[in-house]
Amino acid sequence: MTATTNTAAANTAAETLDAVDRALVNRLQDGIAVERRPFAGIAADLALSEEEVAGRVAALVGRGVLSRFGPMVHAERLGGGLTLAALAVPADDFDRVAAIVNGFPEVAHNYARQHALNMWFVVATERPDRVDTVLRAIAQATGLPVRNFPKLAEYTLDLRFRA
Amino acid sequence: MTAGPTAQLPAEPPADRLDDTDRRLIRATQAGLPAGPAPFDTVADDLGLPVAEVLERFRRLLAAGVIRRIAAVPNHYRLGYTANGMSVWEVPADRVDEAGRQFAALPWVSHCYRRPADPPDWPYTLFAMVHARSRGEVEALVAEMAAFLGDRCRSHAVLYSTRILKKTGFRLTA
Repeated sequence: MTATTNTAAANTAAETLDAVDRALVNRLQDGIAVERRPFAGIAADLALSEEEVAGRVAALVGRGVLSRFGPMVHAERLGGGLTLAALAVPADDFDRVAAIVNGFPEVAHNYARQHALNMWFVVATERPDRVDTVLRAIAQATGLPVRNFPKLAEYTLDLRFRA
Repeated sequence: MTAGPTAQLPAEPPADRLDDTDRRLIRATQAGLPAGPAPFDTVADDLGLPVAEVLERFRRLLAAGVIRRIAAVPNHYRLGYTANGMSVWEVPADRVDEAGRQFAALPWVSHCYRRPADPPDWPYTLFAMVHARSRGEVEALVAEMAAFLGDRCRSHAVLYSTRILKKTGFRLTA
C-alpha cells in the first residue's frame, strides 16, 4: 500500500477525515502486531470488520493521507548509511534540480524550504560508504555544491501526528 | 565540521546479521504492506515462504530494531500540519546534548538531532523539527524554545517547508 503521487495539491489540502479514519490514523502510527490477522484488535475496538479496516487503510494510502503503511526500516541498523544534505538552488532552476535529485533512488525524502539553502533531502544507502558517492554524484549531476549534515546524535525517535 | 567528544551514536549491529530472506522480505514490503486483512499471508504467498516464517522473521527484525515498527506513515500536510519548521540552533558544543535532550521532550518536537556546523554561513548544530497547524503557532513554540535555551543559544533560524518534493522512505535497492 503506497502512495505514488505527491502533487502540490495533495500536499497542501488538509483532508476531512471521519472519526473512524482519525482513530485509524492515530492508532496505526503506533504499529500493528505481527500476527496473521493484525487488524483484529483495532477492528473490534472500532466495531468494524477486519476487511473494513484494511479497506480504509488502503483508501487512506490511495488518497495520500498516509504516505505508506508498512515496515519503517532503520537504515543504520540495517547497516546502511544515512545523511541530511542541502542545496542552494537558483529559483528559476528549482524544478529541474528537484527532478535530478529525486531521480536518485537513494534520496528518501526531499523538501523545499525557505532559506538560502532551499532544498533539503535525506540520502539513505545500503552501505555506509555509498553516502559520499551519492552526494558526489548529486553535486556532479546538478552542478551545485552539496552541503552534508550527517547525524551526530539523535535525541528522539518517535514521530506521531494526531489526526 | 567537528564531532564533539560527547556525540553519541548507538552502536549499530552489522548488516550481515540479515540474510537474503530478510532482505527479500524488506524489499517486498518497504513500499507498503499488501492490502487486505491478512497482509503477512499475502507476503508469504508472494515470496513462496511459510507464513510462520514470515511472522517469525518480522518479529526478529523488530526486536533487533532493524524495523522500528510496522505502521502508518501519515502525510502530515494532509492532516493539517501545514506549518513545518526545521528549527536550527547555534548551541556551544558542551551544551548541545543537554539542550537536545530537553528539546526532544517537548511534545511539539518530532525529531531532534545534533549535526555538524558548516561555517561560515551555517553555525547551527541542533536541529529540532517543529510541527503545527499555522506558522504563527510555530513561531510561538520556537520563541518558547529560544527563551528556554537563553544564553546557551547564540542564534537560531526556522526553515519552513514549502513543498514535499519526495517522500518514499528508506529503500533497499540492490
